[in-house]
Amino acid sequence: MANSMAKSFLQAAATEEVVSPLRVVQIEGLVILKIIKHCKEFSPALVTGQLLGLDVGSVLEVTNCFPFPIREEDEEIEADGANYQLEMMRCLREVNVDNNTVGWYQSTILGSYQTVELIETFMNYQENIRRCVCIIYDPSRSNQGVLALKALKLSDSFMELYRANSFTGEKLREKNLSWMDIFEEIPIKVSNSALISAFMTELESDTPVTQCDYDRLQLSSNPYMERNMEFLIECMDDLSVEQQKFQFYYRSLSRQQAQQQAWLQKRRADNMQRKAAGEDPLPEEDPSNPIFKPIPEPSRLESFLITNQIANYCNQINGVSGQSFNRLYLMKSLHDN
Amino acid sequence: MAAGDRTVLQFNSPSSAILSAKVHPLVIFNICDCYVRRPDQAERVIGTLLGSVLPDGTVDIRNSYAVPHTESAEQVALDIEYHHNMLVSHQKVNPKEVIVGWYSTGLGVTGGSALIQDFYSREVPNPIHLTVDTGFRNGEGTVKAFVSVNLSLGDRQLAAQFQEIPLDLCMVEAERVGFDILKKTAVDKLPNDLEGMEVTMGRLLALIDDVYKYVDDVVEGRVPADNNIGRFIAETVASLPKLSPPAFDKLMNDSLQDQLLLLYLSSIARTQLGLAEKLNTAAQIL
Repeated sequence: MANSMAKSFLQAAATEEVVSPLRVVQIEGLVILKIIKHCKEFSPALVTGQLLGLDVGSVLEVTNCFPFPIREEDEEIEADGANYQLEMMRCLREVNVDNNTVGWYQSTILGSYQTVELIETFMNYQENIRRCVCIIYDPSRSNQGVLALKALKLSDSFMELYRANSFTGEKLREKNLSWMDIFEEIPIKVSNSALISAFMTELESDTPVTQCDYDRLQLSSNPYMERNMEFLIECMDDLSVEQQKFQFYYRSLSRQQAQQQAWLQKRRADNMQRKAAGEDPLPEEDPSNPIFKPIPEPSRLESFLITNQIANYCNQINGVSGQSFNRLYLMKSLHDN
Repeated sequence: MAAGDRTVLQFNSPSSAILSAKVHPLVIFNICDCYVRRPDQAERVIGTLLGSVLPDGTVDIRNSYAVPHTESAEQVALDIEYHHNMLVSHQKVNPKEVIVGWYSTGLGVTGGSALIQDFYSREVPNPIHLTVDTGFRNGEGTVKAFVSVNLSLGDRQLAAQFQEIPLDLCMVEAERVGFDILKKTAVDKLPNDLEGMEVTMGRLLALIDDVYKYVDDVVEGRVPADNNIGRFIAETVASLPKLSPPAFDKLMNDSLQDQLLLLYLSSIARTQLGLAEKLNTAAQIL
């Protein structure tokens, strides 16, 4: 009896927990307000902060957060930064705040957040925490009346590839990974404790129109669109640079192959002659010859990231255009009447 | 009555002329959160308020953090080291936020509060004491702000009186975020662009309907006419810019075409991306 029980315990300990996939990120209103306040105060500089919360089943709950101080580029301040983090976590623990790091947040300008640094930070966090998310907040979009908050996660297949550090066309085709699969966006749910909800309802009655509506109905979206287009054009330039790198690679590859063929032909012709003359044939390969050196294929990571960025800008432009159409037609009907 | 030396009970007005206080919604959220998470034996939560003093004398309360404390019938003990640690940490992020006072949950001002007020007045010349009634004792959640005023009899200090100062809840960011998100206990999905637009249009339509109904009522005599409101409505309607129809049409069409062009450009960009990706990954190395 005891034996079988012990064995089942061992079995239970030995079987790996099946991690249910992350479906929803549940954020508290407090965290959203804190993120907005921090990002807005320091805009246009980009700021980051840490998210704290709980990981429950398929929901990742974010219950609190604290901002990081802006770091100067100085070696000493590295240790300071770590100290600050430990200090904050310790202090928050004393007032019963959840002490687990579940990710980090950062602000962005016009959605230009897909960089290699983001991926590296993700990998760093992933070492220690099973599931982490990154929340991206865009303060410039909030002037349009939209809450631009996104929760991102790196997809698993991408992470494996990144660890292997190989981004060649072969591997990507194997995994069927395209530029859309790098980041996964997770839906966000907002929750508030009942006490806060009671307070808010009390303190601020339901006005028929809020500031948010005023922002949304503003007619001038030109500056925003202009900046978006500028960023888009810059990204296209970057993309074309990447494309040129690829073209160069393919051209040199085909040139190298042509050279190899020519050399092989010559070798074969030489061998025929030698055979006719009765000498030993020379080997058909020559590793020391520079034309046999394999050319490294450029990594596709950059181009994927840039592609993601461009797609983002396009989406934003589409969204804002949609809004503008609405507004224009509204103006038209108001004027006609 | 009897003339002669009489010591007068003096009420000093607040020295730095703090007129009023503004509090950001984040502070209320913080306080409520700390209250919900308080340790079981504590009845109330005490913490520090951070912010700044504006040039016109208003105190702007922007952030807060809780400070662990122990409280018994006679005395209150605050964890001062914790308070200083948190202050240093917060100031690393935002050096402009300084201590402006302290808060406690619960309705009135109790005896122990005077001691704490004393402690805080050593850090800051005129600390603000904020009470947030989480118990909803009056049937509503009240948030009040006090400053302490010293009552002195001649030269001797008798007591400190807490005078209430007007408190303003400034809600700009909260409104920007979308009030529904912060009010309800659970929101399933953050509204995206078009949904938000729909909601706004709906509200605008409702407002216009209200105004229509009001004007109709006044015309039919059901509601007494209020000249002020009438003038206001007339001004609003007149504020639509008067453009001749061709000019307005041209303006509108131009804007429409600009937007359409941008949409077209972005669609082209996406097509280009799709093509490029196919070419990149499908290219076989022979």
